[in-house]
Amino acid sequence: MTDSVSSGSKARHNTLAKTLASEFETLGCAVKHEFSEVTLDVPGGSLLEVASRLRDDEAFQFEVLVDVCGVDYSAYGNSEWVTNEASSSGFGRGVESGGDGHRGEGERFGVVYHLLSISLNQRLRVRVRVDEAQPIVASVTTVWKSAEWFEREAFDLYGILFDGHEDLRRILTDYGFVGHPFRKDFPLQGNVEMRYDAEKGRVVYEPVSIEPRTLVPRVIREDNRYLEESQQRQDPADA
Amino acid sequence: MPEIRNYTLNFGPQHPAAHGVLRLVLEMDGEVIERADPHIGLLHRATEKLAESKPFNHSIPYMDRLDYVSMMCNEHGYVMAIEKLLGVEVPERALYIRTMFDEITRILNHLMWIGTHALDVGAMTMFLYAFREREDLMDCYEAVSGARMHAAYYRVGGVYRDLPDEMPKHENNKFRNDAEIAQKNENRQGSLLDFIEDFTDRFPRMVDEYETLLTDNRIWKQRTVGIGVVSPERAMQLGFSGPMLRGSGIAWDLRKKQPYAAYRNMDFDIPVGHNGDCYDRYLVRVEEMRQSNRIISQCVEWLKRNPGPVILSDHKIAPPHRTGMKEDMEELIHHFKLFTEGYCPPPGEVYAAVEAPKGEFGIYILSDGANKPYRLKIRAPGFAHLAAMNEMVKGHMLADVVAVIGTMDIVFGEIDR
Repeated sequence: MTDSVSSGSKARHNTLAKTLASEFETLGCAVKHEFSEVTLDVPGGSLLEVASRLRDDEAFQFEVLVDVCGVDYSAYGNSEWVTNEASSSGFGRGVESGGDGHRGEGERFGVVYHLLSISLNQRLRVRVRVDEAQPIVASVTTVWKSAEWFEREAFDLYGILFDGHEDLRRILTDYGFVGHPFRKDFPLQGNVEMRYDAEKGRVVYEPVSIEPRTLVPRVIREDNRYLEESQQRQDPADA
Repeated sequence: MPEIRNYTLNFGPQHPAAHGVLRLVLEMDGEVIERADPHIGLLHRATEKLAESKPFNHSIPYMDRLDYVSMMCNEHGYVMAIEKLLGVEVPERALYIRTMFDEITRILNHLMWIGTHALDVGAMTMFLYAFREREDLMDCYEAVSGARMHAAYYRVGGVYRDLPDEMPKHENNKFRNDAEIAQKNENRQGSLLDFIEDFTDRFPRMVDEYETLLTDNRIWKQRTVGIGVVSPERAMQLGFSGPMLRGSGIAWDLRKKQPYAAYRNMDFDIPVGHNGDCYDRYLVRVEEMRQSNRIISQCVEWLKRNPGPVILSDHKIAPPHRTGMKEDMEELIHHFKLFTEGYCPPPGEVYAAVEAPKGEFGIYILSDGANKPYRLKIRAPGFAHLAAMNEMVKGHMLADVVAVIGTMDIVFGEIDR
């Protein structure tokens, strides 16, 4: 995509990355510019200040909060199929689910905000990391009203709490659901299943009877093409 | 003095006007809504979690089942995100095919919307008219993919296959006589593109018919004018997109502002509303159908003139041709690796958004370099729209709730995911 529209947007995002770096680096924020998208990593304490400045400052004008999404980094970089021992143990493809026990770096949870500026036609991703012991992030509902349901969703699926949210209830899961299903330690097939019990005359919950299985193992390839590319991507000329 | 108090009304979860499984808890003062609390998630299937357990390609069919009336647009958002992550360029013909089918999908979606919206508000005929044209467009889906709804036609690096040279025809059956069958097959004599071209010639007159039924209809206007008014500032604050945003007077369309596929070469206009009420959003969507029709005919013209590949020839991403696999070891290995393991994109994160019929449909992929996405987030336009339900219906009558649900163009496949 090398025509005027996308090159115009590339130039805009270059300036955006520079402005962000000069404005927010004193607050401990880090700016990343990859895949022609700008990411701003914000420490939890200054989220509200950064958010309201991103909305109101002339240089940013991010009027729309497009999306809020929770992330559980605890299994980041976890590969289920490390093939180092394949020659000694034969070519068995059986995989124990759970992977190599690799734990992602940094705090366990992240909240990712996607912002859009309609006036300046630019996008920004803002990320906050929180630890497992106290997964509390300031709610941005006062800055963007649309955060209300998105934060409820992140709470429901990951158990991340949003300080200042007026109505932090579950939203997607069933009434009376236990656990936070999108956490990496929550099994894909769930913990309980339900059926109608004719004798009792009501619906009963039982431990799940489906066996977990891996159809395609999770593989991470050390690909030289991408190693070179990622060095290029962080080229100062691009950022 | 009798005691007057508010009461709570349960709307749904099964209600014909709820467009799926929506439970609305309405706090009413007489017939006036004080507070609306939508309970969603009754159709939650954890699509995102499922996608995290599968190689990238396996999740394309799940995308169809999100917003199940604009199937290909969802696929488009998903494959675009992966292509961005992989850094691959799609062949030009595939871009035009995607543009054309995105617009066919938009018409499909808007026809569904106009039919059900009018049906909810009391105009039965509209539904029958809209489904007449939907039939033709679903035949186009069927001709390229074999499926009338859940196509899985878009693939990473292009589309599954080129457009067919022959449009499938109706066969003889005991329910219709030969003359009727011949008449139905009249516009199916040529290729799929001829069939679509014939459709684009007919379609503007069809839209005129819809407008005759509704635009100046007194009852329709009484039910929609001044209902669910959203100011431009509130629309942005509430995270609206698509026709909901344009109905409030903001000329924002990703196809124009952040063009993808072949939209930068297309000539079309963005309709914008004035008042931000249900009627304006109706007008915007009707005009969008006409504009989509224009885009489709431009694509048809281009596609007739420019043959070429429709998917990448890089067999690390797109499967090799079957005849090649019979003769070439390399192809066979590629095929095996692609279908047993898939491909590993570089670690990183991308967000790709398309202008789906309902608004901005975005896909956020966080990859740690594995053959499966580490985190996939689907940004469904309807989710943000439904979140504004309380604000939009407050102070309106119970019957207006139905009009507001209709104008939001809600589909629970994408809201509950």
